[in-house]
Formats: sequence, structure tokens, C-alpha cells
Amino acid sequence: MAVMARTDVQLMLDVKAGDEQSFELLLQRFRSPLVNFLYRMVRNREQAEDLAQEVFLRVYRARLDYVPSAKFTTWLFRIATNLALNSMRDTRHQRAEISLDAPVSFDAEDGDERPMDVAEKHPNIEQHLVEESRRKMIRRAIDKLPEKQRAAVLLHKYQDLDYGEIAKILECSESALKSLLFRAYETLRVELAPLVAQQSIFQSRERRAT
Amino acid sequence: MSCERMEGRILEYVDGRLKEGDRAEVQKHLESCAVCQLRVQQFSAVAGLLDELPMIEPSPAFDARVYALVAAEPVTKSWWTWNFASPRIVLAGAMLLVATVWVTMHPANTIQVDSPDFAVLENYDVISNFEPLTELPQPVQPEDTNSNQQM
Repeated sequence: MAVMARTDVQLMLDVKAGDEQSFELLLQRFRSPLVNFLYRMVRNREQAEDLAQEVFLRVYRARLDYVPSAKFTTWLFRIATNLALNSMRDTRHQRAEISLDAPVSFDAEDGDERPMDVAEKHPNIEQHLVEESRRKMIRRAIDKLPEKQRAAVLLHKYQDLDYGEIAKILECSESALKSLLFRAYETLRVELAPLVAQQSIFQSRERRAT
Repeated sequence: MSCERMEGRILEYVDGRLKEGDRAEVQKHLESCAVCQLRVQQFSAVAGLLDELPMIEPSPAFDARVYALVAAEPVTKSWWTWNFASPRIVLAGAMLLVATVWVTMHPANTIQVDSPDFAVLENYDVISNFEPLTELPQPVQPEDTNSNQQM
């Protein structure tokens, strides 16, 4: 008999009832989405992992009081978003203090691959460099967005959550969320203008071809 | 539809998340508005660019670190599960409750203190007079000891 995959809420209720294995399943299910969301929020891999671990710890701590009043993902990403926003505020204060003493460059990691891997994976190094500079530009454009807009874009684009859910996560109305997203995309299309122009041509060619 | 009203729907249109009726309305506006048409084109280009960012893999030690954090948590149980785990505590609590209710419902029946004049204190003189005790007959000397002395 095939075992039906338990829903997130069911798993969390099992954790509440003392089932440690269900916690492991939640960890497996949400480890990667959380780390990636937080990485794109704070732009530092180590910090993102620390925050994601803190999210899981908070989920575990809250297990006994857990009531499935909202979707599990809404609850989970609300914890993650709040942690990320707080951490970004703290880091900003720290950076402001440090920059008074010494002009330290705090550029976030721009490449996700180590230089050693590059040659193996990309025989065509030129093409890789072009791709990497595109990615760098995209990352920087996202980084320039105000924090709440950034969170909205990331949750909307990568987590496959509906507007109602994202609005609950960001604790705003659905129309406020739509306005956040609209403003974010307006900024992105300006910041990424050269890439957007290329992409538009590419997409319209694709449309004509199909 | 006005361009202002498009603002709230344009991204949903690009995502393909609009309902059929709204979608038709947006399309009708796009046919006559070059500005919104360009925006739709550029928004979908931005969405395409965002797709280019690669996912990162959490480090291999990630789970172990989460388990370590969880293991370091003090064992806390909710009041309710704690009671379920020890029925003796529940029984003791219930008995205490019954006793409390009993005492509060029958306060006067057990001890009645109507006046401070205790009957015992009225006869205090009699008790403090030890004279009758001296009138008690002398203890009888055992005969055996007397005969021993005479010997």
C-alpha cells in the first residue's frame, strides 16, 4: 500500500504529539526553500544558514502551542521573514558603526561556485563569465530593493505562494502587497534595463517561434 | 480599465494567476495602451531574469546543527501533558479540591465557639485547691519490708 504524503500541518501536529521523525521530515521538506529564501534576503550564506536553523528551532519550541489556524508555510515564512528583517537591521547598524572606523568592503558573496569548480563545469569560460556578470547584476538589483519589497519579490517569485499567503506573511493587506510588488518590479525593470531589453527580444522571438 | 487599475493586476497577468474575466479585461486594455503593453513585456522579462539565479545547497552539517540546537532545548512539557503523565498528581489535586470544597461548605459544624466563657475556667478555684489531696490516706507500707527491718 502506498503511503500518502502527510501534509505540512499533519506533520506539525505529529511533532506536537511527540513524534520526532515528523520534525525530521519537515526539516527535509523546508531546509532548501528556507536557506535559499534567507540567502537571497541577507546575501550571506553563513548568516542565512544560521537564520534557517533558528527558524527550525522556533518551530520546535512552538510545537506544543501549535494550532493549525493558517497554512503551515505562511507560519514558517513569517518566522523566517521576521528573523531576516531583524537580522538585516542589526547588520546595518553594525556596518554603520564599523564604517566609521575603517572603510571595509562588505560586498556579499557574488558567486555561488568556487573558482576551482568553474573550469570543470564551464569549458567555455567566456560564456560563464557573461552568465556570472548577468547574475551579479540581477543580485545587485534585488539587493537595492527596500527590505519589504525584496521579501515580497522573493516570496512571490521563488516560493510559489499565493498573494493572500504572502500578504499574511508580511502582515499587510493584499492590495498593499500588490502595490509593493508593482513598485519592486518597476525598480527592477529600470535597474536591469539593459538585460530587460535583451530578454524582451529573446522572449518575443520565442513567442513568435511557438 | 484605466492604467491605474492595471497596477494591481499586471503582475498577476504576467504570472497567469488572473481569473478568466479579469484576464479578458486586462487584454482589452492592453490592445489600446502601448505604455501598459511595454510594462507587461518588461515585467515578464524581469520575471525571466529572476529565474536565472541558481539555488544554493544547504551545507552538509545543516541538519546536524539543527538537531544539536533542538537537543540543547530544556525538556518542557505543557501543563496538560505533564498531568497526563502522572495520574497520582491528578488524584492528589482532585482530593485537595474536594477537601477545600468540603471545608468551605461546612464551616460551623465542626467547632462551635459562641462565647469566650469556658466552663472549665469557672471551676478554677476548685482545681487550684490542693488541700483534698493531703487528706488522702497514707500509702500502706508493704509488710514484707517491715519484717525485714525487724530481723
